[in-house]
Amino acid sequence: MKVLVPVKRVLDYNVKARVKPDQTGVDLSNVKMSMNPFDEIAVEEAVRMQEAGTATETIAVSVGPAKAQETIRTALAMGMDRGVHITTDEDLEPLAVAKILKAVAEAEGAELVLMGKQAIDNDYGATGGMFAALMDWPIGQYANTLAPGEGTIEVKREIDGGLQTVTLKLPAVVTTDLRLNEPRYASLPNIMKAKRKPIEAKTPEDLGVDTTPRLTIVKVTEPKTREAGVIVETVAELVDKLKNEAGVI
Amino acid sequence: MATLVVAEHNNTSLSEATSKTVSAAKALGTDIDILVAGQGASAASEAAAQIDGVRAVITVEHDLLARQMPEAMEATIMALMDGYDTVMAADTTTHKAYMPRVAAKLDTQQISSVTGIDGDVFERPIYAGNALAYVKSTGGKKVVTVRTTAFPLSGDGGSAASESKSVEIGDTGSTFVSEELTKSDRPELTGAKIVISGGRGMGSGENFALIDTIADKLGAAVGASRAAVDAGYVPNDYQVGQTGKAVAPQLYIAVGISGAIQHLAGMKDSKVIAAINKDEEAPIFQVADYGLVADLFKALPELDAELAKIGY
Ligand SMILES: Cc1cc2nc3c(=O)[nH]c(=O)nc-3n(C[C@H](O)[C@H](O)[C@H](O)COP(=O)(O)OP(=O)(O)OC[C@H]3O[C@@H](n4cnc5c(N)ncnc54)[C@H](O)[C@@H]3O)c2cc1C
Ligand SMILES: Nc1ncnc2c1ncn2[C@@H]1O[C@H](COP(=O)(O)O)[C@@H](O)[C@H]1O
Repeated sequence: MKVLVPVKRVLDYNVKARVKPDQTGVDLSNVKMSMNPFDEIAVEEAVRMQEAGTATETIAVSVGPAKAQETIRTALAMGMDRGVHITTDEDLEPLAVAKILKAVAEAEGAELVLMGKQAIDNDYGATGGMFAALMDWPIGQYANTLAPGEGTIEVKREIDGGLQTVTLKLPAVVTTDLRLNEPRYASLPNIMKAKRKPIEAKTPEDLGVDTTPRLTIVKVTEPKTREAGVIVETVAELVDKLKNEAGVI
Repeated sequence: MATLVVAEHNNTSLSEATSKTVSAAKALGTDIDILVAGQGASAASEAAAQIDGVRAVITVEHDLLARQMPEAMEATIMALMDGYDTVMAADTTTHKAYMPRVAAKLDTQQISSVTGIDGDVFERPIYAGNALAYVKSTGGKKVVTVRTTAFPLSGDGGSAASESKSVEIGDTGSTFVSEELTKSDRPELTGAKIVISGGRGMGSGENFALIDTIADKLGAAVGASRAAVDAGYVPNDYQVGQTGKAVAPQLYIAVGISGAIQHLAGMKDSKVIAAINKDEEAPIFQVADYGLVADLFKALPELDAELAKIGY
């Protein structure tokens, strides 16, 4: 089956976000950017499916500025076949990204779309479900384990109460959770090889997608910071403070 | 116009998350109806009718709604949305799985994990809670998920009207196979007054018994860091953090947890934070009200004994 993996370029998970003084957003100048960690997990799963012979072709797609190409290259260096880069300098909402992904999935004839459960920058967790609805495909969110079958895929999902298993008819969407796999590091030869793999570039206009935002950002602020408290010397002192000072036990 | 709140329930009982979502909905100042989508869910519907501030409880029953499968939830809500301009649900895995589907069908952007509502402005944490975004809809219907720890219970004593509706649901392409739910007599993590969490420092699943003993004494829920879940010490549903559960108890005790930003995102709104860690440089101490620099294998048995002394 043909597998499509949307990958987003985001502020690296080790970097603490800083709000811009004018409160219009988070400062992304001169900071380390990486592939969204959940998308790395999706890429790893796609490559494993290819190695196992269940995926016939794997395509990475990113919607974003020129530098999103680096994110696609990372996916290619991990082993994916080729890339599609939808170029835009706007910070699109998940609805617009889902519409773009629909156009790409239809053009490519994708049978499985593996994506992250959440982008760690905007924390929306919405694109997968939105894309699935636009396609009228079933979805398996928060995948812990995947088992492809004949025209189906079984998804073990991480839910609030434990684990749930569902079977989806293909074509389908799966969103990844942390325990699905451990993404590999790209080897140097594979990084070199990835430089020659094709990346096709298009714009949202080429795809005829309307990307008008549905929300306006009034402002972005720093949250209240917590003051560090006191260091207690003994467990007895801790219990005393919790009981008599804080009154929480 | 009106707001449709989707109930969090397992057919036989209604979760407190529903009442908290109603209290978030009250901030919009419109009529509020609750949708109980399930199978054999009359007990949940009866409980929902008692929540304060609710106009009507609409019950829709179907096989595919027994576990609120996302495709079936989308069909159900879309069949009702003519009467509502907002649909709201808790940001639990059940609702997060289908609310984006509803938003896409309504051609609107979902407003996810809202922590505050002021007029038509919604507050939501982004970047693991290191920034707060205030957003406003530009028109159209609103699809909102709420972080229930940020809203109080709505109170009871309500007497909402009840109605049943049936909805056509075609082939959804998705079939439920099985479920392995974590059994626990302890309070639910997201609603507990006290949470005690363990991290990689616990060293093994067996060692979590040290935490369990204290949790049982205090009537606390047990949580964990991602590292502890990844290592297989505890099940996935214990994970607290940016990409796990958000908690905001009266007391959060972090044991053998370093305090990575992704973990802090899920617990820094707790009223009081206590941390036990052998590394005095651990970032968790920067947010802790009370820090104890100690080996947890010595400190936890001592904590157990000290609690016994004061009657636990
Ligand atoms: C995409 C993504 C999402 C993530 N989501 C989450 C999330 O939702 N929740 C989450 O928690 N993390 C999440 N993480 C992981 C996060 O970045 C950290 O890796 C994780 O929180 C670390 O867990 P820890 O504190 O238990 O382990 P460590 O960072 O290894 O810390 C262990 C601590 O235990 C202490 N310790 C060790 N032995 C003892 C002892 N005997 N006595 C006392 N103290 C001891 C050490 O001093 C250390 O501070 C996420 C990461 C990514 C990339
Ligand atoms: N700009 C983008 N380009 C490619 N994929 C994206 C983009 N935005 C979101 N996605 C995908 O959608 C997932 C969820 O993102 P979100 O809904 O923004 O939390 C991500 O993990 C990606 O797989």
